[in-house]
Amino acid sequence: MNERTRMLDHYTTRVYKNRKDHVLQIENAPSSQEIAANTRTIPGIITNRGCCYAGCKGVVVGPLKDCLVITHGPIGCGYYSWGTRRNKAVAEPGGQNYLPYCFSTDMQESDIVFGGEKKLEQAIAEAVEIFHPAAIMICSTCPIGLIGDDVEAVAKRTEEKYGIKCIAFSCEGYKGVSQSAGHHIANNGLMKHIIGTGDKRPATKHAINILGEYNIGGDGWEQARILKRIGYEIVTVFTGDGSFQTMKNAHLADLNLVMCHRSINYVAEMMKDKYGTDWLKVNFIGVEATIQSLRDIAKYFDDPELTARTEEVIRDELANIADAVAYYKSKLKGKKAGIFVGGSRSHHYQALLRDFGVETIIAGYEFAHRDDYEGRQVLPTIKEDADSKNIENLVMTPDPQLYKQRYSDEKIEELRRELPLGTYAGMIRDMKDGHVVIDDFNHFETEQIIKLMKPDIFFSGIKDKYIIQKGGTPSRQMHSYDYAGPYAGFLGAVNFARDITMAIYTNAWAFVTPPWKNHSTLIGTVGTVGGDDHA
Amino acid sequence: MLDLTPKTMTERKALRINPCKTCQPVGAMYAALGVHKCLPHSHGSQGCASYHRTYLSRHFKEPAMASTSSFTEGASVFGGGGNLKTAVRNVFDIYNPDIIAVHTTCLSETIGDDVGACIADMDIPEGKYVVHTNTPSYVGSHINGFYNMMQGFINYLTVSTGTPNGKTAIFPGFVNPGDMREIKRLAGLMKVPFILFPDTSGVMDAPMVGRFEMYPKGGTTINEIRSLGDCTEVLALGPMTNTEPAELLKKKFKVPFTLLPLPIGIEATDRFLMELSRISKADVPYELEEQRGQLVDILLDSHQYTYQKTVAIYGDPDIVTGLTSLCLEMGMVPKYVITGTPMEEFTKEVTALLERYGVTGAVVKANSDLFELHQLIKNEPVDLLLGGSYGKAIAKAENIPLVRAGFPILDRYVHSYLPLVGYTGMIRIVERITNTLMDRQDATCADEDLETVM
Repeated sequence: MNERTRMLDHYTTRVYKNRKDHVLQIENAPSSQEIAANTRTIPGIITNRGCCYAGCKGVVVGPLKDCLVITHGPIGCGYYSWGTRRNKAVAEPGGQNYLPYCFSTDMQESDIVFGGEKKLEQAIAEAVEIFHPAAIMICSTCPIGLIGDDVEAVAKRTEEKYGIKCIAFSCEGYKGVSQSAGHHIANNGLMKHIIGTGDKRPATKHAINILGEYNIGGDGWEQARILKRIGYEIVTVFTGDGSFQTMKNAHLADLNLVMCHRSINYVAEMMKDKYGTDWLKVNFIGVEATIQSLRDIAKYFDDPELTARTEEVIRDELANIADAVAYYKSKLKGKKAGIFVGGSRSHHYQALLRDFGVETIIAGYEFAHRDDYEGRQVLPTIKEDADSKNIENLVMTPDPQLYKQRYSDEKIEELRRELPLGTYAGMIRDMKDGHVVIDDFNHFETEQIIKLMKPDIFFSGIKDKYIIQKGGTPSRQMHSYDYAGPYAGFLGAVNFARDITMAIYTNAWAFVTPPWKNHSTLIGTVGTVGGDDHA
Repeated sequence: MLDLTPKTMTERKALRINPCKTCQPVGAMYAALGVHKCLPHSHGSQGCASYHRTYLSRHFKEPAMASTSSFTEGASVFGGGGNLKTAVRNVFDIYNPDIIAVHTTCLSETIGDDVGACIADMDIPEGKYVVHTNTPSYVGSHINGFYNMMQGFINYLTVSTGTPNGKTAIFPGFVNPGDMREIKRLAGLMKVPFILFPDTSGVMDAPMVGRFEMYPKGGTTINEIRSLGDCTEVLALGPMTNTEPAELLKKKFKVPFTLLPLPIGIEATDRFLMELSRISKADVPYELEEQRGQLVDILLDSHQYTYQKTVAIYGDPDIVTGLTSLCLEMGMVPKYVITGTPMEEFTKEVTALLERYGVTGAVVKANSDLFELHQLIKNEPVDLLLGGSYGKAIAKAENIPLVRAGFPILDRYVHSYLPLVGYTGMIRIVERITNTLMDRQDATCADEDLETVM
């Protein structure tokens, strides 16, 4: 019995029937095994998944620093998504930064009974009076859709009344099966209302957007540092340290770089269809991965000067971290890791771990779709179900004025043979025989698979962290980086290696078992103590 | 930091900014974790359970185990009863708790799921229990959720056998495991047989032993909850958290109760001990008298660093009331005392305290938020902030030192292991407040004014 079978063996038939398709053990790598994903979690299972609101407000919309995001609903949802996701941001000169703030309509019982639209409009009036924002975003929580508040109408009236941008996101928590639905809803809103509304053209000839980079722990800033050294101009970032003001001009960039495929591929595809902007799948997590991505971007632009500069920067950056990389590799080589994160990092971080000689033997996603596991080629074969059908799928047509394709179709086909241009091969292809892949991993499976496969370190989120650590396995949070980072790019790789080295080697591990547990405290000869019989 | 907060205050009727409360279900989840071998269950979207578990894990740095009904759009339209039934079956199959404590969410409340009827209709395995409470997120705060869950347990489990158990029920309210341990220590020293309900010590401060225990040793047992109806009386520590469950127990089983402030500060601790002494007829032992004497000694020794220092206190109603009392005993002047929880008793309690010490001109508000607190501070600053982690942005923006106490503390370690309550708790907080103010003096004074001896 392999580890997969042994893990699933604990389940009742009912649960087994569902979960068996979400777990696979790699055979004949590079594997093209199929996995079930983006389907409902079984009620009662201690899943790590969050909700649609978390994906929309928490992930995509929330980091936009110059947008005043009002959570429309009872207080909890706004409260929990307040300042906890570590999307770092600094206000643009003269601009605003709303990230340290939480705004909510704090709905009360009467608002649920009589409707919350009036309260929302009043909240917007107060927000405008106090803050004078350039843009307001409304994110709906569960009750809103049920009581039928027309948030889109409120947004429209707000735009008319105050002459500012106002976008409503109907991202009620129950929509879809995970955060993923919220990503899609957020992508749609940004595409419909922001992208393409600006006219500030880039000043240079190599202008890019970074998509799906949320600047957790400053990851986006490390990427920007490297890209700017080479000479790229960054028009906007979706959405870490991003802004409404810069996102308006996103369509004027030359190329979209996609980091987190899951959360932002919709924008990438829609921009390709509407504006002709190509997208390139990149990974700036890991030294080798970063180098590969930088070379891929240079290849796309095909400018000898840019290519030379790219190689120069790579050489310089590598020299700068060489000693640290060698040191941490000596500490980490041969270790085994497990990683369960959201929808792209479980793949990205395998590259970074590989840089230091660590093999990832268990990997899984919380809310990925089959294309994140198996590659985008499976997209036409994915059947829509009741849950995914409810999320609007926008179809874009070329914009008559703004559509511009950089290269001919033939040239793009040629580039595609060398570059992940407009495509993504997925995680599974990078995994080896015997490795285990788990979709929508839950607490029970996490605990079981760690017992069975004994990784030296396990990466997951805060809900798992202390479970894993109490079980004796070092654990680092891969959503929040345990309040450290950045982990991206060259400098980030060293930060990451330092942090996992300390997680494995910290002195406290030596004290877990008290000395008396391995030592007999009974001194004497059997049969002589007491002298009485115990019968 | 918080650069967009204007000094000019305007009236807000609808917009909550930087809240000082959260929603009911997280309180219910925390209360349920204080029951032995209980798995809290969130009847709503996955996000609710995920957020609440995250919040609790960030505060306690511990696992916070709970399951969810994983509502989809279909369940939201047609009702979540089916999801709940499936969930309960799976929870018993996979996680094997002795009891599942269901709380609702704004989702299941808005669609009107009848959880009680659903539970009544379930096949529950022999010897296992499912209880529930209603925790609509749009009413009150996490404090309401906490006591609603207590009532859920009482409603389902508690009985009166007619034979008194000779025990006193002690309700500690929404406090840390460190506080619960100290309350138990005090009751033990006062020789009062008791049932602490709920009791998260041994659960949310469980030790590292090299293996994960889904149900650690701690928690009030089902038998103890059942036996609450046979208790001699109830000591409800924290009237704003405990009045309702105490009244429920009185109404159903005629168990009398005494409402006491949370024993934070000397006076409130004295009162708690006097009540315990009344019950057990035991004298306060020298051990506690000695500790009290040490505390008063410390206050007299260090008073010059705290006397007339102004403080802003924010957080949950009973804890904030206790901290206000404590600060007054230290000779400090509470200038702003706020809670986000909408409970008007809070303003009455705190105002009465301030009047007793002759403090005038303080702003005392329930249903307030940290944005309002910040604006107040911008207009008239204070020497110290006392409350949870979200105040750190105000502390940074206004360059005011912050001493963390209460909920949530997401950005520091160890706090949940140590008490705020009892003389022990006050000695700890006095050290923290005094040192913080003295560190500030050291850091900001002129070189020639740096004192070697203070």
